[in-house]
Amino acid sequence: MDNLVIAGKTYTSRLLVGTGKYKDFNETRAAVEASGAEIITVAIRRTNIGQNAGEPNLLDVLPPSKYTLLPNTAGCYTLDDAVRTLRLARELLDGHSLVKLEVLGDPKTLYPNMVETLKAAEILIKEDFQVMVYTSDDPIIAKQLEDMGCVAVMPLASLIGSGMGILNPWNLQIIIDNAKIPVLVDAGVGTASDATIAMELGCDGVLMNTAIAAAQHPVLMASAMRKAVEAGREAYLAGRMAKKLYSASPSSPTEGVIARAEKAAKKPAGGKSK
Amino acid sequence: MIQLIINGQPQQFEAPINVAQLIDHLALHGKRIAIERNGEIVPRSQFPQQMLVHGDQLEVVVAVGGG
Repeated sequence: MDNLVIAGKTYTSRLLVGTGKYKDFNETRAAVEASGAEIITVAIRRTNIGQNAGEPNLLDVLPPSKYTLLPNTAGCYTLDDAVRTLRLARELLDGHSLVKLEVLGDPKTLYPNMVETLKAAEILIKEDFQVMVYTSDDPIIAKQLEDMGCVAVMPLASLIGSGMGILNPWNLQIIIDNAKIPVLVDAGVGTASDATIAMELGCDGVLMNTAIAAAQHPVLMASAMRKAVEAGREAYLAGRMAKKLYSASPSSPTEGVIARAEKAAKKPAGGKSK
Repeated sequence: MIQLIINGQPQQFEAPINVAQLIDHLALHGKRIAIERNGEIVPRSQFPQQMLVHGDQLEVVVAVGGG
């Protein structure tokens, strides 16, 4: 079986999905189910004190018994905030140590601050977290994160929530070629073909949220993404044909084509044929 | 009278309370939450033992949808 292995645990799905931006929990659940994802990201936020005491909890809808929850540090701009958030997440999820680290550098682009990310990763790994790390698509940084002991590197394909697709496949290719741990494209996928391209490059998986949640029909897009990731993975494993510039190659036999009829070959003078 | 800062909001309490009593007071009993007190995690097992003192800063968090 062609499985995804992260931190020693085996997953059959290579599509990881976020749970934000849905209109309600029913839609969240339906989209997650349609995506086939086994790993789903969640955010950690202050509870509303004194409000909505009876409101349902995300974890009632997507229970940790059924899914591998991946708490993130979305919204954290310092290593201190990121580390504290994940310590809270581990307590919240009964000691679960697989986490998604992201330390943002700028509210406009949500581009990662890699200096703070590297420092945070070091602290978290010392505290026995299993760190899947959101990173810029810098191959040297990605390798450093791997060498430190991160369990997966997750370069952006384009900015978070932008839907701009795979903007630098060449850098992703270098990161993939260098890595001995899973490489997942995280952020930037806009539609199914983007996910397929990422997988065809040899990514081990794709993590997305907005591409599904902001589609006109999120549940249908979740299903499309599932197929797109599977198709891209199979194409990668199958090994694509070599590209041939200026050298067309017919798919049908060149022998045995019926003879050219004399009449048809004689074109009327001045006549145009297409 | 003690004052606690809970998720950034000051709240007054007549008498000293522990973390478990605070959770009951906030109607969060039985909810899946995690608590940080002055930057340190309070393990669930220690909720009844940890007495809160004036000026404590608490973060009470839950899991929400996110990407």
